[in-house]
Amino acid sequence: MLLIACPYCGPRDEIEFRCGGEAHIARPKEPDAVTDEAWADYLFRRDNPKGVIAERWFHTYGCRRWFNVLRDTRTHAILKVYRMGAPRPDRGPS
Amino acid sequence: MSQRFRLPSGGRVDRAKTLRFRFNGRSYEGYQGDTLASALLANGVHLVARGIKYHRPRGIHAAGVEEPNALVQLGRGARSEPNARATEIELFDGLRATSVNVWPSLAHDWRSINGLFAKLLVAGFYYKTFKGTQGLWQRVYEPMIRRAAGFGRAPTLPDPDRYDHMNEHCDVLVVGGGAAGLMAALTAGRAGARVMLVDEQSEPGGWLLGCGASIDQHPAPKWVAGVVAELRGMAEVVLLPRTTAFGYYDQNYVCLLERRADHLGRAAPAYSSRQRVWHVRARHVVLAAGAHERPLVFADNDRPGIMLAGAVTTYVRRYGVLPGRRAVIFTNNDSAYETALALTQAGADVVTVIDARAEPGGALAMAAREAGIRVLDGRVVIGTRGTRRVSGVELGRLGADGSSAEPTSERLDCDLLAVSGGHSPVVHLFSQSQGRLRFDETLGAFVPGEPAQPQQMAGAINGLSSLALCLADGLRAARAALEATGFSEATTMAVPRVEPEGQSGALRPLWLVPGHKPIGRGRAKHFVDLQNDTTAADILLARREGFEAVEHMKRYTLAGFGTDQGKTANLNALAILARATGRSIAETGTTTFRPPYTPVGFGALAGTEIGALSDPIRMTPMHDWHVAHGAAFENVGQWRRPWCYPRSGETMQDAVNRECLAVRRAVGVLDASTLGKIEIVGPDAAELLNRIYTNGWKTLRVGQVRYGLMCREDGMVFDDGTTARLAPERYVMTTTTGNAAIVLDWLEEYLQTEWPELKVYCTSVTEQWAVASIAGPKADALITRLAPSLDLSDAAFPALTLREGVVAGIPARLFRISFTGEPSYEINVPSDRGLALWEAVMEAGAPLGVAPYGTEAMHVLRAEKGFIIVGQETDGTVTPLDLGLERMVSRQKDFIGRRSLGRADTRRADRKQLVGLLTDEPSVVLPEGAQLVRKDDATRAPPVPMIGHVTSSYYSAVLGRSIALALVKGGRGRHGEIIAARFDGRTVLARIGPPVFIPKPEASSDG
Ligand SMILES: [Zn+2]
Repeated sequence: MLLIACPYCGPRDEIEFRCGGEAHIARPKEPDAVTDEAWADYLFRRDNPKGVIAERWFHTYGCRRWFNVLRDTRTHAILKVYRMGAPRPDRGPS
Repeated sequence: MSQRFRLPSGGRVDRAKTLRFRFNGRSYEGYQGDTLASALLANGVHLVARGIKYHRPRGIHAAGVEEPNALVQLGRGARSEPNARATEIELFDGLRATSVNVWPSLAHDWRSINGLFAKLLVAGFYYKTFKGTQGLWQRVYEPMIRRAAGFGRAPTLPDPDRYDHMNEHCDVLVVGGGAAGLMAALTAGRAGARVMLVDEQSEPGGWLLGCGASIDQHPAPKWVAGVVAELRGMAEVVLLPRTTAFGYYDQNYVCLLERRADHLGRAAPAYSSRQRVWHVRARHVVLAAGAHERPLVFADNDRPGIMLAGAVTTYVRRYGVLPGRRAVIFTNNDSAYETALALTQAGADVVTVIDARAEPGGALAMAAREAGIRVLDGRVVIGTRGTRRVSGVELGRLGADGSSAEPTSERLDCDLLAVSGGHSPVVHLFSQSQGRLRFDETLGAFVPGEPAQPQQMAGAINGLSSLALCLADGLRAARAALEATGFSEATTMAVPRVEPEGQSGALRPLWLVPGHKPIGRGRAKHFVDLQNDTTAADILLARREGFEAVEHMKRYTLAGFGTDQGKTANLNALAILARATGRSIAETGTTTFRPPYTPVGFGALAGTEIGALSDPIRMTPMHDWHVAHGAAFENVGQWRRPWCYPRSGETMQDAVNRECLAVRRAVGVLDASTLGKIEIVGPDAAELLNRIYTNGWKTLRVGQVRYGLMCREDGMVFDDGTTARLAPERYVMTTTTGNAAIVLDWLEEYLQTEWPELKVYCTSVTEQWAVASIAGPKADALITRLAPSLDLSDAAFPALTLREGVVAGIPARLFRISFTGEPSYEINVPSDRGLALWEAVMEAGAPLGVAPYGTEAMHVLRAEKGFIIVGQETDGTVTPLDLGLERMVSRQKDFIGRRSLGRADTRRADRKQLVGLLTDEPSVVLPEGAQLVRKDDATRAPPVPMIGHVTSSYYSAVLGRSIALALVKGGRGRHGEIIAARFDGRTVLARIGPPVFIPKPEASSDG
């Protein structure tokens, strides 16, 4: 069970949280303007890296806030916790 | 004579406290402080089990958790426990145990059968021998194997004991209370850290409790007592004996099992839980788990009386028991010389050391020689004699490369053969924590390499064998842990002085002892895994048959399976495999170490979360009334909801029929309090609703109510319900009972992650409101009786609006919403008034013939009208268009899921669409979930194409026949077609039609 440092509550057991999947996947602003292919990409395709992944987590049984986590899938080490909307800290501005 | 093998003095047993116990039906005596194993050995009982495959006699082999043989069924009745290790069971007065693996009987010698069947039981015998039909397997082979295998029996009665769980945080968790662990805990404790020290035995100390050395001029056990007393006096230190760290998970999350009452037997206090699972988060962990001695693999190495050398030392020094009077000690390293010294000091008649090494060994070996103990260098045991107990050994001279042994004429008589093949660090928890193992060639064992979590390893787990080095390593590990957690070391710490101290000689790796014949030839067996009866020949055979990977070999030969998980067997097994495949042990690698380290009972894992406490039960404010009026309940999520209210003499179907007719002809009342209710407040509330629901919400005026449908982003329906506008910036949304929490999460997810610019708050108010839903042609009459001042005319209170008022003297919100097609009012009152409202409704409605109705009648009534239920007509693969709800899908705006309705897949013409079904025979109710096929296919042999399935199916009392809703491929274009459902071995024909059975009257305004 992971120990996740909620940016609002501090470190708590994973059992209090829900993982919301890969982070930084924005809903297209104008869904009609994207192709079927691009929409399917938004709906279904996610990275599954062996290494660092950015994930969204929700503190369901706590403050009920969403935030982002950088996690290494090889070691389960949590490298960084950051707020929703902030850029991914291990990548330059994109 | 009782306890013939008990020494007159010494050990940590209390000779003043005699305990009586029964083993296999016979009475024995032992002392307070014994284990079942030590008490049996004190009485000369070695034969305690039979091998699982060959049924050869087996004895007590070890003195701790690694014991492979001495498994017993402990206790009787509801408290009976299978496969308990005699080496771990603390003796108590009145203990009863029986051997678990005794087929056909413990005493009867079954050698002839062994010989006959031995050829059938080679490696992979499960896969090779027991071929044939499944019936043959079920009737013959499996019962035979199960009886022959003979492991313990699970109790069939409910567990009468209590178990609990504790959560704990600490700075330093020390696992193992031997030399290194005590030193580490003392260092961390003196520095002021919050320390937990856990040790699996009845008292901390580990092998120091049977150690002849002195520490700081005290006998080792006395030094242990001093440290333990100091630790117990520290406020921030928790010391847990009888506690096993069984699982090591991410971020230093370690699970412990504390056995709180098992050792007390009948004297266990009623207030105490039997066992406790601790969930510990440690900032730093010190693993001082020690090492397990390995046996040597030689011909017929499994007889009772053949024991691990360190275990013999423990029985002599810690328990004051002499496991044999004529001892042979067979070793490839120095540690077994301590056993020779212990036996000699205890007065054994003859002690002979057989040392595989040609060199004389280190300090301990010298001490033994100086004590006059006979040592035969460069020899190995190449055979043993004895049936129920070892009676002698044959020796050979080991060749220089270790691959052959020249038999000698030497024969030694013995009643005890103590063996040592070196020590394997207990790396289980380290490996569970994702640390990497490294093979150390000089030690001949895997040791911890790079850790993956904040932890230190200390003592024998690092391959250290001398006491002084272990103590120093415990201090070093604690210093590192203190530095990592920000504590300063106390100035009083120093490494204690140990006497005598000397250098150990090197171990001679010896994985498979050669003998008279090549391995696998002749009758001799070289056992690698005693619990699974895996022999060296099995491993060589597995390799010849292509099972070269260690994980494959394990599954093919069963080496390393079972209740001990191969604690004494694994390294020997993989070393033999490595040599056979020409690889190094490091290249061969180990199998995976998985939790739990030792078995954990289900009762302990469940803790208090059993029975009524296994899941919360949610009840509405009217629940007691439902119970008092004979409601039959169903579970909807965690809620208990009345399914129907059968009267005496009624079947459930009778009750549902009566309730449905009451709603259609008079008036009924449903407890709808369980519906999810969410208040949505803020200037952007309407905008949020417009984005979440498929239909438009900008035109809804204050006081109006609207039905809405929600989709996931993939276009699939996931919830529905009504939302009312209470004030310009205030709405209340209802959700299905089961989805209340999920919808709230859904709204918050979009508000926080996609649309943080929206100014909206969402609050669950499900439990703040109780709801009675009144439906039927006499609903208006009933409301008039309860709220005479309320104007119910269509002009004053139109359908799909809400009014506030006083109902039965209670402030209430009334929603004019219908889910049955009848005139309906949902009366919402504060929860604490729910029961009062309900009772008032029943009283005022009595002259009108009001009937309470349950969820089943509600389902029938809505199906008659063709209203869907999310989760029944939908399953996550159904779009609003599939349901025929185009009118609910706005073309004026974007909403969650809209773009997906334009995908090729959601536009397919052959998607399953909602239809109604009427069976040819009106009395036949189709089973929900029944698969539907074309009529012509019903008589064909399968496989035939499935074209749909039944989603809802009922008997409709008002129609006098069955009705069903179904999802059928291209269903809207198939109205009029006859299709078939097959179930219970028969075929039922049904006609497809529109999904509505009682059409709306022209003038009705209820939606
Ligand atoms: Zn939080």
